[in-house]
Amino acid sequence: MNAIEFILAGMLAAATPFLLAALGELVVERAGVLNLGVEGLMAFGAMLAFIIVYHDGGHLLAFVAAGLGSAVLSLVFAVVALGFRANQVATGLAIGILGQGLSALFGKSYESLTVKGLPRLALPWLSEIPVVGGLFIQDVVVWLSLAATLAIWATFANTKLGLVVRAIGENPKAAHAIGYSVVTVRFAAVAFGGMMAGLAGAYAAVVYTPLWADGMIAGRGWIAIALVVFGTWLTGRIFLGACLFGAVSLMGLGAQATGLDVPSQVLASLPHLVTILVLGIISADRRLLKLNGVASLGEPFER
Amino acid sequence: MSTLSGPLLPTLVRREHASLAATLLAPPIALAAATVVNLGLYVLMGRDPVAVVYAMLLEPFLSWASFSEVLLKTGPLLLIAQGLAIGFRAKVFNIGAEGQFILGAIFASAIPVWFPQATGQWIWPVMLLLGTLGGALWASLTAFWRVRLNANEILVSLMLSLVAAQFLNYLLLGPWKDPNGFNFPQSVMFQYDAMVPILISGTRVNVSLLLTIALSIAAWIFMQRSFIGYKLQVGGLAPRAAGYAGFNEGWAIWLSLLLGGCAAGLAGAAEVAGPLGQLQRSISTGYGYAAIIVAYLGGLHPVGIVASALFMAVLYIGGDNAMVSANLPIAAIRVFQGSLLLAYLIAIAFVRYRLEWRRAASRSHP
Repeated sequence: MNAIEFILAGMLAAATPFLLAALGELVVERAGVLNLGVEGLMAFGAMLAFIIVYHDGGHLLAFVAAGLGSAVLSLVFAVVALGFRANQVATGLAIGILGQGLSALFGKSYESLTVKGLPRLALPWLSEIPVVGGLFIQDVVVWLSLAATLAIWATFANTKLGLVVRAIGENPKAAHAIGYSVVTVRFAAVAFGGMMAGLAGAYAAVVYTPLWADGMIAGRGWIAIALVVFGTWLTGRIFLGACLFGAVSLMGLGAQATGLDVPSQVLASLPHLVTILVLGIISADRRLLKLNGVASLGEPFER
Repeated sequence: MSTLSGPLLPTLVRREHASLAATLLAPPIALAAATVVNLGLYVLMGRDPVAVVYAMLLEPFLSWASFSEVLLKTGPLLLIAQGLAIGFRAKVFNIGAEGQFILGAIFASAIPVWFPQATGQWIWPVMLLLGTLGGALWASLTAFWRVRLNANEILVSLMLSLVAAQFLNYLLLGPWKDPNGFNFPQSVMFQYDAMVPILISGTRVNVSLLLTIALSIAAWIFMQRSFIGYKLQVGGLAPRAAGYAGFNEGWAIWLSLLLGGCAAGLAGAAEVAGPLGQLQRSISTGYGYAAIIVAYLGGLHPVGIVASALFMAVLYIGGDNAMVSANLPIAAIRVFQGSLLLAYLIAIAFVRYRLEWRRAASRSHP
């Protein structure tokens, strides 16, 4: 298997934690809320999922519990930041620290234990194409994540629900004036974002690298938040960004496998360095951010 | 449109004047609430809550030996939080103090690692200066990205912290590893002159605590009494007004990040040249992140931060005690920190708002 085949085959699975968490954060930010607690929400979901799979609860239950658990934790964010109108940056950081703390606390006795991942399903014919065939051999969660990407794109592009969420993010006062409950929609968006972060964490812990280690999310939640900016709040671009980061994190593994003489720490920081670079390049185009950005992002709503 | 039949709901109503009482009461109330919630958690985990409270919140005060350790931990938390608070008040969210702390420690360690034979009382002051410079340089990357490239400083500073941690690992596993250190990821032990002199004999408290207190007073003068500090605060509270008054936003961002970086870098240098005496992987037990909580809990005010840093240090030392005596995992401290910040953010809502019970106005939907 050459390098290109290796990256093509593994890219989507590596991208899935980024993708799921970033799609959740996209919905949250589109509604005008900045939740910086994604890293902690992912860690919390990952811990729940790992414990359930380890005790033979099965992957389905693990994903359900991780989604629900992180959604509940994100509702704590919603109560403080939206209910009590606290500073969203500080509240998000607090939820992040809390989620990582709970994950470390309850995951402690599972340190270095492993579970079984999920089998990969091959699409007939497509998976037999040379070079790119690996793209079509993925586990069920990857396929569902692609479906979720399409569903979220379609919701924002074509439905009233998508329009309402965007209107509330752009101009909450106007949305309120025509009768929409800004706080209710924002609560729902935050809970959705929490659920997606929980699923992302679950995928990381029980499918992608089914081994428990404290801090295993390793900054992926923060990269997911950065991905929303990279994608300029557009679903398709966020998907492409997630694939890029999937490929970048695989390059680290691939380089090690080929015995390339690069310190492992350089490879481990590669996704973070790429984040910094891309963030600089995209943000420098102020018009692009203005055009697609969310006008009321991070501002508390008061009638 | 309102009807009298709606349910009675709690509603936040804006006060005409900010409540001073709520400002002062918020930290102790948040502390009490977080303590109760976390004790409940310990009970659920099957731990003895009395033993935990004793170990965590009382034991640190019960002997001079343990209280001196509290003072030692207060130093870096206080220093970093004072620097961060200046930025937070200007709405510059530098959350990368962890990385700036690490770079400060690395820069300071360069002298004893490269010149282990050097002697003279000049060494430790130069190390502290180098550390300050290292923290500022690392923070300046974030400032450049934010001011020149318009990139979000929260994400950039955090990513740089993750990179800094990997850089530290690289040095300790590679070029800076102690050749006689049994392959442990740590540098050589520093020579005597590379250590900050002890302040209180019989303890590990060193002269850097005095420096931290002096810098806290300087932070107070800067934020509460100087025109530059005033300009920064206006920039944070009313960016448009600051713009009309000719206060330059880019300049404020540079200043905030550089001050935060200097403080964190100095703290990192004081840690390796103080209690640790060498560069290690575990130089920072999350000081950079804990200091964010310290800054908020202290109301972003230089005086309040002194109190909150002291409390956070108690929590660290008490957490170590509780790990030994009540078998409480050290991660419980992070849970406590997170819930404490949440409780505080709820409590300070009552500075600007009061709670009123109102009948929900039923509205017609379009």
